[in-house]
Amino acid sequence: MYLKTLSLGLVVGLLASTSAMALDTKRLEPKDEKFSFEGPFGTYDRGSLQRGYQVYKEVCAACHSANHLAFHDLAEAGGPEFTEAQARALATAGKLPADPNDKGETTDDKGAPLMRSATLADHFPSPFPNEQAARANNGGALPPDLSMVVKAREGGPQYVYSILTGFGGTPPHGFKVTDGKYYNPYFEGWNISMPPPLKANTVSYSDGTKATVEQEAHDVVTFLTWASEPKMEERKRFGFGVLAFLVLLAGVLFAAYRKVWKDAH
Amino acid sequence: MSGPSTYTPKSGIEKWIDQRLPLPRLMHDTMQTFPTPRNLNIWYTFGGILTFCLAIQIVTGVVLAMHYVANAGLAFDSVESIMRDVNYGWLIRYMHANGASMFFLAVYIHMFRGLYYGSYKAPRELIWIIGVLIYLLMMATAFFGYVLPWGQMSFWGATVITNLFSAIPVIGTHIATWLWGDFAVGDATLNRFFSLHYLLPFIIAAVVGLHIWALHVPGNNNPLGIDVKTPQDTVPFHPYYTVKDAFYLVLFVILFAVFVFYAPNFFGNPDNYQPANPLVTPPDIVPEWYLLPFYAMLRSIPNKLMGVIVMGGAIVTLVFIPWLDTSRVRSCSFRPMMKQFFWAFAVVCVLLGYCGSQPVDAAIAGVPLVWVARLATLYYFGFFWLIMPIIGLIETPKKLPASIAQSVLGASAAPAE
Ligand code: HEC
Ligand code: HEM
Repeated sequence: MYLKTLSLGLVVGLLASTSAMALDTKRLEPKDEKFSFEGPFGTYDRGSLQRGYQVYKEVCAACHSANHLAFHDLAEAGGPEFTEAQARALATAGKLPADPNDKGETTDDKGAPLMRSATLADHFPSPFPNEQAARANNGGALPPDLSMVVKAREGGPQYVYSILTGFGGTPPHGFKVTDGKYYNPYFEGWNISMPPPLKANTVSYSDGTKATVEQEAHDVVTFLTWASEPKMEERKRFGFGVLAFLVLLAGVLFAAYRKVWKDAH
Repeated sequence: MSGPSTYTPKSGIEKWIDQRLPLPRLMHDTMQTFPTPRNLNIWYTFGGILTFCLAIQIVTGVVLAMHYVANAGLAFDSVESIMRDVNYGWLIRYMHANGASMFFLAVYIHMFRGLYYGSYKAPRELIWIIGVLIYLLMMATAFFGYVLPWGQMSFWGATVITNLFSAIPVIGTHIATWLWGDFAVGDATLNRFFSLHYLLPFIIAAVVGLHIWALHVPGNNNPLGIDVKTPQDTVPFHPYYTVKDAFYLVLFVILFAVFVFYAPNFFGNPDNYQPANPLVTPPDIVPEWYLLPFYAMLRSIPNKLMGVIVMGGAIVTLVFIPWLDTSRVRSCSFRPMMKQFFWAFAVVCVLLGYCGSQPVDAAIAGVPLVWVARLATLYYFGFFWLIMPIIGLIETPKKLPASIAQSVLGASAAPAE
């Protein structure tokens, strides 16, 4: 195992150094996009979260699942904060495989699976019934679950933003885009199996925001960051209280410490 | 605890209990009147901090275990549902995950403190050796714990580490299979690791008891490394050290809180937010930061069995330190040569950690890191097995102060009676 890793490492190293002479396809540093949720006091921009949900639902959900999100999350504090009625409406639009009906059937007369509307308690439906179906529809590649993708990638929000806005460049001389793949220098190896998901006006925002690719990417990344860390606002707020208390306590203890030790050293 | 007890029960109830179970007496003598050198500095507060860390891990761990599901198909999602659906589950989990890192930060400071001030020297050899045992148990516990969320690094870390046992000639693969409970890391492995992860912290707690028991026979060493001679050299543990330990503990907790609330994934690896997948090997398998120096040693040796022996030897070596150090003087403050080798050793440990964190084929300034790690490993062993015994014999230590009291209080200290 270890030897294998080592020799694998050597081979990879050799390959990397030979291809480096031709072309280094290490992913580029992510773009330095700024988000409202950064820093110790940063919070999610509600408008951006709601627009981001729209982008997710209308675009990404065609290929990607987000299994850890439930519809009621959309109405929770610290999230997109749709009203409960809005969240319920969004749930109803989602379709899930139904339980067997009272005749024990799971398909209708034509053999199509029975479906039901989602409720607030349901998690987001997946676009494909299983991994094989997902791969079959995506040229063999698996679109990863998006609920935690921001936390699961080095570079976080900036990385995902760069992937989404990193299409469309002209590949440098000597770089061959693999058949069925797309050129994206922010992705390791530069060949990604995801077709460019965003174009200007892919979605039409009801709040009048102009739907440029950058705006759509910014919004959906905000949404996905919330999906990864739905308790971030609560965490930072709580942390501030805890730290304030601890600093106060440290002050009191320091005074006590000085007093006790006054004559001892 | 050394010497006669000074406890006098203050009430009838206390007296009644004390005659039947001298627990009040034990508490009184160990936590109240215990004579403690008056010159202990900030580095001596980490013993208390470590006890706090263990308590935090046990309390948060027991709560996590109420919601966690030790099943290869469910573990990942159960951890994620702790983060999302359990009230303050995110807090409990982030405290536990960051708590492990803080625990190791504290234990490393504590151990380097011991090395610098010669706290392992007679009559404290057993305190040191028990400490090494605690450290070993901590590493095992943390390794088992890291497997539990069943992410990519959990799975592949477990695979790499358990595979090390297969380096043992003849019976190696059988041992690996026996550890796994299967022919690869899987559900059976996860279940037994959870069982052990739950068990070991309580064993650590018991061994910590021995550690403190052994400490309370000779009492604390101190930055001067000289023995306590008169009562003037000491102060009662309470209130002097209770208040001092409490103050520094709170500073430590502030650092801990900054990570938990503002950078909870700082020590984590993003790959561990992807569910374990036996079919996809991550490009770089890296252990948690606190195991990196040993990982670097392992990888720098081209032969797997030798690598495992070197890695194990690095820890076993620690047990022999009390006899490898030939110096008459404990504290490096009075050892001009040893002091320099000590700091070089500290740097080498950090360097090893860095090497372990980088891909196998990495290089700095054209020097392959494997070679940096090899030289560092050489220094690690050379420091203990050559430098320590030799320097102790050839070095001329600086003049030691006459007493702790004199050194702290200056001329105003009354001469020893
Ligand atoms: C047509 C299907 C499709 C759509 C629509 C789509 N993706 Fe993807 N996506 C994929 C596939 C396939 C992959 C796997 C790429 C690979 O591994 O090469 C992927 C990969 C990704 C990755 C992971 C990249 C990595 O580092 O592994 C992210 C992040 C991502 N998509 C985000 C999005 C977002 C956000 C949207 C909506 C704006 C979206 N995708 C829309 C098919 C799609
Ligand atoms: C010496 C003390 C301990 C140490 C160093 C330790 C360390 C760890 C580590 C490093 C993890 C992985 C964290 C992550 O990335 O999620 C973990 C997880 C876990 N630990 Fe512990 N632990 C300790 C004590 C305990 C105890 C006493 C219990 C239970 C009684 C416990 C229960 C758990 C559970 C259920 C998990 C899985 C949930 C999770 O991953 O967050 N731990 N531990």
